[in-house]
Amino acid sequence: MPEKILFNVIQVVVVMLFSPLIKGILDRLKERIQSKKGPSIFQPYFDIWKLFHKDEVISDESSWIFRITPYVVFIAPIFVTLLIPVLTDYPLFFAFMGDMLAGGSVLALGGFFATLAAIDTANPYGPMGASRTRMVGFLAEPVFMIVFFTVSFVAGSTIPYIVQQAWITPFANFFSPAHILVILAFVMLIIAENGRIPVDNPSGHFELAMIDESKGLEYSGRGAALMKWGGCMKFFVLLCIFLNVLVSPWGLATGSSLWGLFCAIPLILLKMFCFILILAFIESSLSKLRLFRITEFLGFAFVTSVVAVIIQILEL
Amino acid sequence: MAQLNALVGGLFIITVFGIISVRQMLGGIRLFVLQSILLAISACILGVVHGSIHLFVVAGITIGAKGLLIPWLLYNMFSHEIHARREITHVINIPSSLLIAAGLTIFAYFVVHPLLGIDSTPFIKVNLPIGLAGVLLGAYAITVRREALPQLIGILTMENGAFFAGISIAPNMPLISELAAAFDVLIIALVIGILTRKIHKRVGTTMVGKMVSLKEK
Repeated sequence: MPEKILFNVIQVVVVMLFSPLIKGILDRLKERIQSKKGPSIFQPYFDIWKLFHKDEVISDESSWIFRITPYVVFIAPIFVTLLIPVLTDYPLFFAFMGDMLAGGSVLALGGFFATLAAIDTANPYGPMGASRTRMVGFLAEPVFMIVFFTVSFVAGSTIPYIVQQAWITPFANFFSPAHILVILAFVMLIIAENGRIPVDNPSGHFELAMIDESKGLEYSGRGAALMKWGGCMKFFVLLCIFLNVLVSPWGLATGSSLWGLFCAIPLILLKMFCFILILAFIESSLSKLRLFRITEFLGFAFVTSVVAVIIQILEL
Repeated sequence: MAQLNALVGGLFIITVFGIISVRQMLGGIRLFVLQSILLAISACILGVVHGSIHLFVVAGITIGAKGLLIPWLLYNMFSHEIHARREITHVINIPSSLLIAAGLTIFAYFVVHPLLGIDSTPFIKVNLPIGLAGVLLGAYAITVRREALPQLIGILTMENGAFFAGISIAPNMPLISELAAAFDVLIIALVIGILTRKIHKRVGTTMVGKMVSLKEK
């Protein structure tokens, strides 16, 4: 029992330590594809370090929501980390505290507070970005639900540790149409939820076109650092859910030894690197959609997940 | 094998949805090529399972006619329209037509359900409803699109859907009917292509919805 708690804590530490690295690698890859040199892959660490040592400026007009939001945004992914498989393929201490829907709602809580804080300061760009994020959010929500329900229907459970085994026992299940379609739909979701290119440009600095970025414009110093780090961790956690629960539980620690756990870390990072390669390719080969075309993009994701349900329920 | 076929079926229905939702004509043609390739793969899988040489011939004809010849034909005949007017007009906006399409797919499953007996193989259970959904969605694409080329792609999608259902219930179709069907489609594409080209020359557009009255000049 104590070692399961220890492993859970190690998972959280891994997510906190390596999430900026993943973002740095992704940024670097995209720049390399555009034949630029690109920043160092450790740039996000430097940014966060620098921001922690700067003074924080908070508007007198803002309320307590603006002040606590960075902490909520920072802590929400940590709570989700306790629920999902990051390094091990057997349930850890907190695994049965909540299922995938609980994880989704904790993540959504962070997003909700970020939206409120953006409206709170009455900076003209904040509410605009906030309302756009909500638009993308409510279009993505049904897809999330249907993907989770399909997955839970197949596995007979909504606990992510149990779900991850269902797709590969027997191995032929990996190629079942529902699985492939759910993966497709979830890739589109990751793109939409993290403001990646067909939906939003993460490296754009033009306020009128921003969706995700403009919510954090008012933050400085420690608040900005926490928001940035929280954003990296959210991306990392979503990748963990996608790669470890939906795609494949390969490369996770099976035994209860500490050594196996540490061996799992590079394997997880390798898996993420493979996915990030694909993501960088998608981002570099597509252009950003117009705002009202996002409904079509997410509509397609919705139909894909619905087809997965139809095929799974009505056929087999 | 059954799993693989089901996967091909799932991807097939996704390409049909893509044809309904795509905005660019070139994208429509590419999706159609992909769809035909998936049809050929399914035919090959069924051919291996039933040990039937006819299905391999179907796959070959599909690749040859629909994967290469028809796209080439469309690309050459419509090249002006493909490049000049990249976007296709829709009568109903795309998210709602995707929802209607999902509804049609479920409808296809419920229509097929009483037809499936206990003895039907898993291949029929996959191919028959998805093929029927392909036919329905192709008809739907013809209804909501205004230009001639997307409507033609709708007809071809219907044809692909019919084949997708057909190969599973009749593994030993006579060769002559396969050849006839393949050439029929080719001729349809050719005739519609020439016709629209003429119309485009006279009227300047192929928006069928706007041609309510005949021009006599």
